[in-house]
Amino acid sequence: MLAALREPARLGDLRAADWNLLLRVARHARLLGRLAEDVADAGLWSTVPERAARQLQSARTLVAHRQIRLTWEVDRVLWVLQDLDVPVIVLKGVAYMLAGLPAARGRLASDVDLMVPESDLAAVESQLLERGWIRGAIEYYDDRYYRRWMHEIPPLRHAERDTEIDVHHRILPRTSRFHFDPALLIARISRVPGGRAYRLAAEDMVLHALVHLLLEADPQEGLRFRDLVDVADLLRQFGKDPAFWDRLLVRAEQLGLGRLLYYGLRYTAALLGTQVPAAALQGVASQGPVLPLRWLMDRLIPLALLPEHPDHPRRRAAFSRLLLYMRAHWLRMPPILLFQHLGSKALRRIGVRSLSRPPIAVEERFQRR
Amino acid sequence: MKISEFTPAAWSRALRGGDGVVVRIGPFVVRMQTAVSDLARLLHEMWGHYPLCPEEPLRDCHLRVDWNGWYRPWFRPSSIFRVDGRAPFGPFPARHHLPMLEWGLNFCIAQRSHHLLLLHSAVLERNGNALLLPAWPGHGKSTLCAALAHSGWRLFSDEFGLVDAERGQLLPFPRLIPLKNTSIEVIRDFAPKAHLGPTFLGTRKGNVAHVRPPEESVTRMSEPARARWLVFPRWVADAPLQLEPMVKPEAFLMVATNAFNYEVVGQQAFELVGRMVNGSDCYRLVYSDLAEAIAALDALAGGARV
Repeated sequence: MLAALREPARLGDLRAADWNLLLRVARHARLLGRLAEDVADAGLWSTVPERAARQLQSARTLVAHRQIRLTWEVDRVLWVLQDLDVPVIVLKGVAYMLAGLPAARGRLASDVDLMVPESDLAAVESQLLERGWIRGAIEYYDDRYYRRWMHEIPPLRHAERDTEIDVHHRILPRTSRFHFDPALLIARISRVPGGRAYRLAAEDMVLHALVHLLLEADPQEGLRFRDLVDVADLLRQFGKDPAFWDRLLVRAEQLGLGRLLYYGLRYTAALLGTQVPAAALQGVASQGPVLPLRWLMDRLIPLALLPEHPDHPRRRAAFSRLLLYMRAHWLRMPPILLFQHLGSKALRRIGVRSLSRPPIAVEERFQRR
Repeated sequence: MKISEFTPAAWSRALRGGDGVVVRIGPFVVRMQTAVSDLARLLHEMWGHYPLCPEEPLRDCHLRVDWNGWYRPWFRPSSIFRVDGRAPFGPFPARHHLPMLEWGLNFCIAQRSHHLLLLHSAVLERNGNALLLPAWPGHGKSTLCAALAHSGWRLFSDEFGLVDAERGQLLPFPRLIPLKNTSIEVIRDFAPKAHLGPTFLGTRKGNVAHVRPPEESVTRMSEPARARWLVFPRWVADAPLQLEPMVKPEAFLMVATNAFNYEVVGQQAFELVGRMVNGSDCYRLVYSDLAEAIAALDALAGGARV
């Protein structure tokens, strides 16, 4: 998989059995659509075995459909919010699509991520709810958890459509160790070409992708490999401007995300062969962790990040994923809150709910609807 | 080599082994593994006509049915279905292994076959012409399909109308036909030659028994056909037989809105369905008696031969 992403031109050398494994791994990593685009761009369709080509074609069709659907959803959201005079910032996949970045190529996105200034959040939410979007069924505790501590409100979905939208007001939970004032991001947004939506500045896009990669671990998947691919794609595109790297370093320091940038540059360069200027690597070196921790992360991160052989999952990799998942939660909120949250989740698992739901909950929920 | 040519013991061993078995089902190549011996025995019988293709290195899906924990063969037996190492649904009672495997395979094909247009329709063939029976659940599509498959029509599928987007042809995908509740007895009476598997009680769709695809439908599963008739069947108790022509725009809407991936395939799907409806005679069929319904459909096919 790594070799395929680093040097798509060599996909033509693969034997049918290699394709079988590559397709399975890429499917797991949700990178099948990306692989299909790489095959197309390298002009290699004719070298791909027919059965593999069909799977790639299927993935391409699905990606194209999703991209149309998400673009349309954003269009509808912007239309509904047009008289509010609120800058609607598109994030992640939708931003790559609307900004015409190569990171959107073959990227399978499933929901729309948006950000608005926190001061406008209530107006935006009520406008959306009034105009046909609905909340999913959500427990009171989860709803409160989202609103009090998280960086987004519970997902919304239009009654007639299938696409989830996540409205953010910052890119990190309020409780995160790395939390910073989102006004800093909003100060540097710009309009996407030919549209009403806004996007983050180039450096901020990279840093947001890194936040996703390193702080939003998933217990099953560990760190998401496709998030690393996003980071690498953005760096490759923006890095064509030599001045970009300095700006990126300065910005990371300003937002207190230097450590994340250190990991990001280190692992995109090591795993995906991203060309990072030596000066930039040196610049972030001081942000790195102390040697024993660096040694540990150098082992854990690739294990948790790289897709595995579907028939031979490794215990070591599962353990790394668990550790990094715990680390992500550790960084996400202070210990007391984390224990409260885990305790509350545990109680609910065994059926105790009353502790997390004050008596007014029912009326309040009713009014919110 | 066909599955039924294995001895049952060798077949169970192969399914349990590290590489499992590689089976060709219609246009798909499926790798299957299971250590659940009841399921292995049943697959030997019900999948018996399918050919193995161990030489095919590229597989469309890798399926497994496993016990959901080491103690599950004995304590509250439950199993889990995995495709490419992931479980799309939760564990299920172990005695429902075959229906769950068949639904799991349907799910898998529907998820990842957007290189084809997937119509929700039974499909049968006669003299190179395909009959499509698109219908909503409960309208008697599977029952009519099973009956036709044992009355001189070649079975393509009872669930998936696979349309090859390039050539606009329908591809055979002969699978077990799941009959529900009272349909099971209806087919036992109507087609004594049909090979029915055991009845699974209390699945999420009620009682289910499967009809094995007739041998000819499997041996000829690489012969596609072109759509010729679109018939929308509906079983209504005691209703007299009606076979009425249907206007094409209505047929178009019914085929398009009932497909699995019409929206995903997009413009190409619109064009394919359009061509298919234009090239077919479209009817609405209301029936209560299988023999009458089949005679009416035979008459359609007989007329076409001229």
